[in-house]
Amino acid sequence: MDMSEAGRATPAGGENGKGRSEQATVCCYCGTGCGVLASAEGGRITAVRGDPAHPANFGRLCTKGSTLHLAAAPGGRALYPKLRDARAIVGITAATTPRRRVGWDAALDTAAERFADIIRRHGPDAVAFYISGQLLTEDYYVFNKLARALVGTNNIDSNSRLCMSSAVSGYKATLGADSVPTCYEDIALADHLLIAGANPAWAHPIVFRRIEDARRANPDVSLTVVDPRRTETAELADLHLQIAPGSDVLLYNAMLHVLLAEGLVDQDFIRDHTSGFEALQAQLGSCTPGEVAAACGLPAAQIVEAARRFGRARAALSLWCQGLNQSHHGTANNAALIHLHLASGHIARPGAGPFSLTGQPNAMGGREVGALATLLPGHRNVDDAADRAELARLWNIPALPAAPGLAAVQLFEALAAGRVKAVWIACTNPAQSLPDQARVRAALAQAEFVVLQEAFADTETAAYADLLLPAASWGEKSGTVTNSERRVSRVRALVPPPGEARPDWVIVADFARRLATRLGRDAAAFDWRDEAAVFAEHASLTAGRDCDMSGLSHAVLERDGPQQWPFPAGAQRGTARLFQDKRFATADGRARFAPIGFPVAHALLPEPVDARHPFVLTTGRLRDHWHGMSRTGKVAALWGHTPRAEVVLNPANIAAHGLEVGELVRIANPRGELVLPLAADTGIAAGQAWIPMHWGSASLAQPGANALTSPAVDPASRQPALKQAAVAIKPARLPWRAAWARLADSPAAACALLENLRPRLAGFAYAALSLTGRERNVVLLEIAAEATVDAAVIAALDAAFDCGADDAQVMTFDDAARGIAKRARVAGDALVALRLVGEVQAFGWLAAAIAQAESLAPLRRWLFAPLAQPPSGLAAAERTVCNCFGVGEGRIRACLASGAGLEGLQQELKCGTACGSCLPELRRMVAEVGREPATAAA
Amino acid sequence: MVGNGMAGVKTLEELLKHAPERYDITVFGAEPHGNYNRIMLSPVLAGEMSLPDIMLNDLAWYRRHGLMLHAGHTVTAIDRVRRRVRAEGKDGEVVEAAYDRLLLATGSTPFMLPVPGRDLPGVIAYRDIADTEAMIAAARRHRHAVVIGAGLLGLEAANGLALRGMDVTVVHIGGWIMERQLDLPAARLLQATLESRGLKFRLGAHTGELLAGADGRVARLRLKDGGELPADLVVMAAGIRPNTALAEAARLRCERGVVVSDTLQTVTDPRIYAVGECASHRGVAYGLVAPLFEQARVCANHLAGFGIGCYQGSVTSTKLKVTGVDVFSAGDFMGGEGCEEVVLHDRAGGVYKKLVLKNGRLAGAVMVGDTADGAWYFRLLREGGSVAAMRDHLLFGQQFAESQRAAAGGLDRAAAEALCA
Repeated sequence: MDMSEAGRATPAGGENGKGRSEQATVCCYCGTGCGVLASAEGGRITAVRGDPAHPANFGRLCTKGSTLHLAAAPGGRALYPKLRDARAIVGITAATTPRRRVGWDAALDTAAERFADIIRRHGPDAVAFYISGQLLTEDYYVFNKLARALVGTNNIDSNSRLCMSSAVSGYKATLGADSVPTCYEDIALADHLLIAGANPAWAHPIVFRRIEDARRANPDVSLTVVDPRRTETAELADLHLQIAPGSDVLLYNAMLHVLLAEGLVDQDFIRDHTSGFEALQAQLGSCTPGEVAAACGLPAAQIVEAARRFGRARAALSLWCQGLNQSHHGTANNAALIHLHLASGHIARPGAGPFSLTGQPNAMGGREVGALATLLPGHRNVDDAADRAELARLWNIPALPAAPGLAAVQLFEALAAGRVKAVWIACTNPAQSLPDQARVRAALAQAEFVVLQEAFADTETAAYADLLLPAASWGEKSGTVTNSERRVSRVRALVPPPGEARPDWVIVADFARRLATRLGRDAAAFDWRDEAAVFAEHASLTAGRDCDMSGLSHAVLERDGPQQWPFPAGAQRGTARLFQDKRFATADGRARFAPIGFPVAHALLPEPVDARHPFVLTTGRLRDHWHGMSRTGKVAALWGHTPRAEVVLNPANIAAHGLEVGELVRIANPRGELVLPLAADTGIAAGQAWIPMHWGSASLAQPGANALTSPAVDPASRQPALKQAAVAIKPARLPWRAAWARLADSPAAACALLENLRPRLAGFAYAALSLTGRERNVVLLEIAAEATVDAAVIAALDAAFDCGADDAQVMTFDDAARGIAKRARVAGDALVALRLVGEVQAFGWLAAAIAQAESLAPLRRWLFAPLAQPPSGLAAAERTVCNCFGVGEGRIRACLASGAGLEGLQQELKCGTACGSCLPELRRMVAEVGREPATAAA
Repeated sequence: MVGNGMAGVKTLEELLKHAPERYDITVFGAEPHGNYNRIMLSPVLAGEMSLPDIMLNDLAWYRRHGLMLHAGHTVTAIDRVRRRVRAEGKDGEVVEAAYDRLLLATGSTPFMLPVPGRDLPGVIAYRDIADTEAMIAAARRHRHAVVIGAGLLGLEAANGLALRGMDVTVVHIGGWIMERQLDLPAARLLQATLESRGLKFRLGAHTGELLAGADGRVARLRLKDGGELPADLVVMAAGIRPNTALAEAARLRCERGVVVSDTLQTVTDPRIYAVGECASHRGVAYGLVAPLFEQARVCANHLAGFGIGCYQGSVTSTKLKVTGVDVFSAGDFMGGEGCEEVVLHDRAGGVYKKLVLKNGRLAGAVMVGDTADGAWYFRLLREGGSVAAMRDHLLFGQQFAESQRAAAGGLDRAAAEALCA
């Protein structure tokens, strides 16, 4: 059944039972593309719930999606165009010359003047656009047309380069086009699921809910997970292949070897619908499970078992994400995995096929629009002269530029080298998300002109912007997005943008008209009535292409709800699955066993691990944060599941390297360093280190994991190998510690305090800025240094945290000789602000006491005591497991100890009964308890 | 024995325990009472106790122990050659007594500021039952009281008068109140509490003169800076002076007190002993009850002929309830050169704690509001052992510090934590 038949139960502007107007829109986080019914009152988005009619989620939302209204609250927003008259950037540190507020005309005229001037002096390739998979399709389209048709450069790339470009290359190499052939419904139809390099339990929770449903409905559905980490997803697998980082391509080829050896291939399918099989077969000889077992870090038997499960399945579906893509051989990883489907015929039928999960809400839309350096609209290619000629005709311009454009990492390299003089960045945060931050920041620092078009003024990149253009954000702008299963949905505006912020496409079209005038070109090409007109132009360019959506329009989407492409003109409905006729998007209609997916001769890791850098640093996502945290980082409740940035090692490595859990360690390689507390987890294999990718210099003293990651890229996809870097980990030896906490009056006040503190973080060897609380918003800052920090610095932080004033509401504790100085501000019976200098053991539970509005009376005596645990009777600071109901680990364990199972937990504590994102963790905790007697008996 | 106060009678009590038959004892007391607890005069003034409540030894007690008490008789001369004392009663009656051993326990005299008007009616000291009764009487008839001196005695007088309905201002020459027991932050915290109860303070204020009203009674107090305060009652609580007039007349060596040895014998005449506020031991005249009792024990021991007691001076501590606020101080609580301080200050909660450490040992402590651990600190202070190992926990009290030490030593953590619940 085509899910689009489900239609739209809730039209835009429908009313719910409470009489509040609800609008159907789409979540702005991952690429699952969940439908959201959002309510607004008084110009504020006040509530969200899952859209029961949206086929991506049928009413479900995860922790992040269900707090969208909180993230949409004001705070940290860019409100007015602001211009820096002169650059004054020293080294790679942020600019300090303040920007002044200007009007939109002045802002865009200045931008047009600067761009026109640079284009005239240095040619069109001296400017570049670096945009985002979070832009709407309409925004994307206008940007792309601006770069290609007006400026005449292919220097336009998107942060999707960091995320999906290896999948794009993999699909193109094997299936002939960037076409995800499967859909969400296939999850329920498959009897074998292979999840590779993805942790959907955390990163795509609603997809994972479907997986849980499928396994519940059919206990015979088997789940194999391939991941170097024992993630929450892997915990629930029937078979977890904990592979060595970077060895994916070997694994899939060895699995293919097993399929061949055991006759588990579909010879008819290979013969009738593929090409290149003989060439591949000839090369697979050396790729036996035994040969690759050591390199993969797996027993050969596990590889054989994984292959058998895949090969013997009735319908095998593979789901993957950054673990395959963010590699210097990411295309090979993708192709090798797709080869398994081609060889076994697990493709082009319901329940079977490759299914890449996208990380951003509109990574797919960007690909359709072609707003990446290597692509053109309608899945056309820059390096195809016919594609260029066709598009030039459609756009009514003489020609499109042929010179290849710069992909993300190269773009910033060119900026650093001075080949690119000006960069226009929109809706993304390269000073957090690109690898090798030192070089990226140096590039931004020495560029001639940096324009940042952003909803948030407090991102890492904002510090480098000469011109900051305030953009509308989620809930404030209208257009479309395409999710992982090719489904196009309407995104709607519920509230006006704050300040003078404008929708992205409006800003770009306005700029394009001003630039066209200066370049002596026709400004009318950038004159659209509304976003529906932009979409219509975009859709018309897809006619006849694999991603044909020429039958789609805003009006159709309004009427019929979200639709999957292809949706050609005249179609009545979208298309759930591609290639059902087994004709692929290649010239001969045959899928290809692509040479790029053959066993690779080059190193599995982008750089060698050696005695000086003995750990492979892997990066990944957390359950309750998203990307660089410019949204989720503003919602205190979303900090509960993982309260702070840590580097995680296997316990065996910790002891062997003379490290201690909890101590601050310096993670370093020649590109940079990062200081974080050390945590232990047996789920991290020995020899590996794990750091979540979310934390950047907005919350740390250093730029996060990307201070260390490698700028090496896949030669075909040009996607950087963000997943693996060689690092050294040593004790940081920062004995001087201090910590501050303050209850903020409102989320907006918390954001303002965060914004005030961020520029100070880089001044410390270690700093961690965070939020805690649910109903209350408490801002926390922890710092460490080699020696006592200057009193003026402490005084400034005291002032920011309201601990400085010498009034009767401030309690003090001083042991000057020991360098200990603590302050606490009380208000009535509650603690509202705290400063611990010199000794910080109690910070965790004291911060929790502020967040939970604990009565001060039983606490008062122990406020300043060096107590790592709260005095009995007081709640300890604990990790939140269930974010919907704010249920912490301690309460769950207590309930389990009293004999409850999962149902008991759900009845007693309500945890896991709303969004379900915590269900995998709850199940694991239940299982742990269940295992205990067995262990004891043994 | 000359003086029927607390130090002297305590010595007798100790002596009677050790050697009840050794001496025929004669006691001269200037006040016409038995022996009472002078410290408890403040509760009497505050209306919390009555005089019978504070009597320690009534006249029957003297009779029962065969003591000859001459209450209301002031000793006027000592004839050390003939070993006799001469006393005069209020009515001029003269009593003489011979001694083998003489115990001087003459106490101290309130210091009356040498300012004009000091002799006016309504200007009194605060020392004995008579003063207390005078204040109670004044509070019934008059509105404005000024207490000169913000030591313990002055504050208690002020508090008592305020409780009895008077409008009280404390005039204090020092920069903060109770400067012999408190440092500045402690004093400010206590002052704030007292102010919240209606007492007024003039600190750094020098009394210039006392002015009479139309009825001849004191009516105003003029400060040296020219300011004036209404004052129907002026209580001088500006300190005490050891009462050494008798000893000096007997040519006993006095240096701000009758100079005594470690056995409490006067250095001039080994048959004569001195204890209490009148005695000066190693240059120190004590004004607190605990040292006086320590002296009494040593003195009684010596009088009993045991000869093994030896008084080496007292480390003083003050643990008081000043008008309902717990105050504790001990040792060198001001700190200074070579000292380290650990300080907790909770103004809103009315708690201040300061520990002074020197060379890893506790040298002093001052606390306001929460003095529960005063005795423990005092013990640590007197024992003089190193507290370095528990320094970080010290200020949070005995139970906490010892439980943390136990926890660090591997004992049951839960038990340790239970202690701080």
